[in-house]
Amino acid sequence: MSKKQPQDSNQTNLDDEKTFEVLTFKQEAASFLNGVRQGRMGSFPALIGFLVLVVLFSFLSPVFFTQLNFANLLQQSAPLIILAMGLVFILLIAEIDLSAGVTSGLASAIFVVVLKNLGIPWWLAIILSLLIGVAIGLAIGIMVAKVGIPSFVVTLAAFLAFQGLQLMVIGQGGLYRVETPAILALENDNLSVGLGWALAVILVGFVLINGLASRRRRTKNGHANRAISILYFRVATSALVVFTSVYFLNLPRGSNPEFQLQGVPVAVLVVLVVLIPCTYLLNRTPFGIHVYAVGGNPEAARRAGINVSSLRIIIFMIGSGLASISGLMAASRVGTVDAAAGRTIVLSGVAAAVVGGVSLFGGRGKLTDAVVGGLVIAVIDNGLGLLSLPAGLNLAVTGGVLLMAATADALSRKHGTLTGR
Amino acid sequence: MSTPNVPVIELKSVAKSFGAVQVLSGVNFVAMAGQVTALVGDNGAGKSTLIKGMAGVQAYDSGTILFEGNEVQIKSPVDASNLGIEVVYQDLALCDNLDVVQNMFLGRELVRSISIDDETMEQKATKTLAGLSVRNISSVRQKVSSLSGGQRQTVAIARSVLWENKLVILDEPTAALGVSQTKQVLKMVRNLADTGLAVILISHNMQEVLAVADRIHVLRLGQMVANVKASESNLNSIVSYITGAENLSISGEAAL
Repeated sequence: MSKKQPQDSNQTNLDDEKTFEVLTFKQEAASFLNGVRQGRMGSFPALIGFLVLVVLFSFLSPVFFTQLNFANLLQQSAPLIILAMGLVFILLIAEIDLSAGVTSGLASAIFVVVLKNLGIPWWLAIILSLLIGVAIGLAIGIMVAKVGIPSFVVTLAAFLAFQGLQLMVIGQGGLYRVETPAILALENDNLSVGLGWALAVILVGFVLINGLASRRRRTKNGHANRAISILYFRVATSALVVFTSVYFLNLPRGSNPEFQLQGVPVAVLVVLVVLIPCTYLLNRTPFGIHVYAVGGNPEAARRAGINVSSLRIIIFMIGSGLASISGLMAASRVGTVDAAAGRTIVLSGVAAAVVGGVSLFGGRGKLTDAVVGGLVIAVIDNGLGLLSLPAGLNLAVTGGVLLMAATADALSRKHGTLTGR
Repeated sequence: MSTPNVPVIELKSVAKSFGAVQVLSGVNFVAMAGQVTALVGDNGAGKSTLIKGMAGVQAYDSGTILFEGNEVQIKSPVDASNLGIEVVYQDLALCDNLDVVQNMFLGRELVRSISIDDETMEQKATKTLAGLSVRNISSVRQKVSSLSGGQRQTVAIARSVLWENKLVILDEPTAALGVSQTKQVLKMVRNLADTGLAVILISHNMQEVLAVADRIHVLRLGQMVANVKASESNLNSIVSYITGAENLSISGEAAL
């Protein structure tokens, strides 16, 4: 939201009842573009970047724009997106977790080793590995919030130490196969065609019903609403994206006619199952507002009576918990866990969040930014891989994209300080 | 509101020293409900130390604090806010990345089942601003980062009204503002007192103190040298109290 405010306070022609300037669709669009120009752009540039990359790779590679690769891309990005969502929480309070990747690897290592050696049911092993992930977050959070060590140092230490721990858990040169069907299903199975359509209807219906309900509530309380065309635009766009994607994914994509491969990947469902409640937590609960407050001005948050240090600890627990889920997803995708699992993913995770539009300076960003950013990083990886260009180029391009996003973030912050916006 | 003629807060011969430096000695101070009580004095006169004692940031060494006639101890900011004392500091402590409503309700969000009750908060915020005749904020849903200095001050002051406080302490609310914004904020300060709160206003600008305050307390070198009605004083007399040209010690009660 970015409405021009008069710098002077001589404005007296406002009704007391009027709380909202109702803008037409055109004005809203103009104010949005104005915001983009001034650097308050969220995931918009990343979304454009994603589309550009998709078009580019579609021309360059005949394999890129196929049902098979589309499903593959979504599965490929899922562990990254979930890790990045955990990092969004941490970046929102202006901290960093360099150990998120290693935590994800350690969680998957603990899962396979415990399952193999203790003979406990698979679901108990999952719970155990998630609990260990959350416990890691608790330990990091206490170090940062109570002891007062910068999170960069604490998590760097954890990054090193947990690699060692993972090596000890797995054993030198060890390699464990993932054999649990439930875990393998996460990254390898698909929803049935019918379920895919049902999911699409639920998603679009949710956007529509939620928008209408919010309008009704506001009208009942005497508040003005934003132009209804904005809601229609939002519903139409999400319907277009969701239904097209589901249609495309529901087409048969297997090369073996004996074995039908079609449907929305389960990985998409897993991402949604993490995304929706966490977005609710951030947007609609006091805790969520406090997270943004601590990221924006910790001193103001403290004076407002928010327990800043326990909030920090909880955030690190959420981050590490999501990292553990990401680790199980990665294990499902690769099919094996070794001592190096998760070692390199953390930087891609930070890149995904920042490319998606999450600020490194705290207080600005959404979980959906991690989804868009994760897709951008995954599409670079996927597309350049298909072109069989050298792997070095892939890393260099990803690094360049990250630097661009971080530059945009820093410039928008600088602009904000200069103009007081 | 409280019984008339019982001060919301009354300090009796409070003292504070830092090592050998006596910052406050035998200071009496009174703030009544429905009045703006100005606290003026030169730099180093002890204004901040006096305020910090009431805010619970830094306790006095000796002396008595009466809150609505009862003796109280204010040892921490929590004690102060439990009594209904709210301090609006110069640095305002607003979150730039949150909107006006979110800032006003920060830490005390209204909740319906488990989600925040945005509509009610928006309504209450709008009502509070309207109650203070605030007209310089057109949308309570805009981010604080897009507000001017005067608008931010407005938000910070309005926040203190929302929570049934009895005493609001404003630390130089107009120090960084331009002319028209200062006018707006001062009008709001007046409205704040007219709603029945006791308002303590710290300021360096004598013109605005004379314009908006009911009573003026003058601190000089840690002593209360004047407690006068604003309507019965003028710029010259206040300045001479501040500088010490006219060093009369007036007891708080006698002048009421």
